[in-house]
Amino acid sequence: MSCAHDMGGMEGFGPVQPEADEPWFHEKWEGRVLAMQRAMGFTGVWTIDASRAAIETLPPEIYRAASYYEKWQLGLEKCLIDHDLVGADEIAAGHSLRPGQKLERKLMAADIATRLKRGAYDRPAQTPARFAPGARVRAKTIDPPTHTRLPRYARGHAGVIEAIRGCHVFPDTAALGQGEHPHWLYTVVFDGRELWGVAADPKLKVSIEAWEPYLEPA
Amino acid sequence: MRVRALETILTEKGYVDPAALDRIVEAHETRIGPRNGARVVAKAWADSGFKRRLLEDATAAVNALGYVSPVGAHLIAVENTPERHNMVVCTLCSCYPWEVLGLPPVWYKSAPYRSRSVIDPRGVLKDFGVTLPLQTEIRVWDSTAETRFMVLPMRPAGTEGWDEQKLADLVTRDSMIGTGLPKPPGDSAR
Repeated sequence: MSCAHDMGGMEGFGPVQPEADEPWFHEKWEGRVLAMQRAMGFTGVWTIDASRAAIETLPPEIYRAASYYEKWQLGLEKCLIDHDLVGADEIAAGHSLRPGQKLERKLMAADIATRLKRGAYDRPAQTPARFAPGARVRAKTIDPPTHTRLPRYARGHAGVIEAIRGCHVFPDTAALGQGEHPHWLYTVVFDGRELWGVAADPKLKVSIEAWEPYLEPA
Repeated sequence: MRVRALETILTEKGYVDPAALDRIVEAHETRIGPRNGARVVAKAWADSGFKRRLLEDATAAVNALGYVSPVGAHLIAVENTPERHNMVVCTLCSCYPWEVLGLPPVWYKSAPYRSRSVIDPRGVLKDFGVTLPLQTEIRVWDSTAETRFMVLPMRPAGTEGWDEQKLADLVTRDSMIGTGLPKPPGDSAR
């Protein structure tokens, strides 16, 4: 899906503005949103890709205007409603109106030191990798109507397989709750001029991490 | 208000443990930060065997250290050389190696950085006050999967014989994202 989040190569946003001595959180509530997001992620009701998709599909004007943790809050509310864990009426009311669902996992304070670790996303391969390092490939010209991790700027362009990263959970299906369907994941390097034309920096190379279904031989 | 209300709902429904939320915030404010990454970089500068292992499999190499908090799978270290400078971005969201660098700064998650890094990285570097020779290749890593990248910057000249702790003081967060360089040796007290 080519929503407002897919920003690579867009113009007009102005300079990057680093902040000296930036605090971890600018407001206390930001930390609470992060913690809720992580605690709910731990329950395993939805995947990390589903939580990304929820944020990406916010209306573009909200996506652009909202701060980072505001988007996380809105995305979290959406996931909770979509998975019938919380009702829109309860969010409007500001408190629970019905008992909660039974969840398989709940993150407890005592678990934080050991269980708040990123999971692994590689899975046993069912088929050999289609492409070898050094192979020329093209990112397909596709525009799936749902979540994808193939950025718009790479679509239709030719690059080279630099590395094989293993067989990884496929975000396009995982985001929809349709299963992991692991596929081979590659680092694909593109020449700057291939992506942006002859005026591009001749010494620029850009790589993406691309799953096999995103690629075709070039 | 809206955040507090959601926390109330999730707590009432039994989905979250408020004490666990406290601990998550605390962990991100204290244990998980760029000091972890700086120790890894300093170790790689001082120990060529470790550097080789780090570039082969950063997750395994970092976890074998024992003194840096454990990292999850798929961490990849990419090495800066005189010929090549690496920069890390996530154009689609905010993927970032939290475990070695902490939470990403606001600019990393901002539209200007996410949009421009892949098309005009030298312009972005200028925003950070960094200028590299035109003949240096700039390699931008767009973190579009669950692989996470950290940059292994070049060891500053004039640090021969320094121990790891002293070296670690030169390693900035931005030098491990690729938008900065390590501090020169004279600056370590800053």
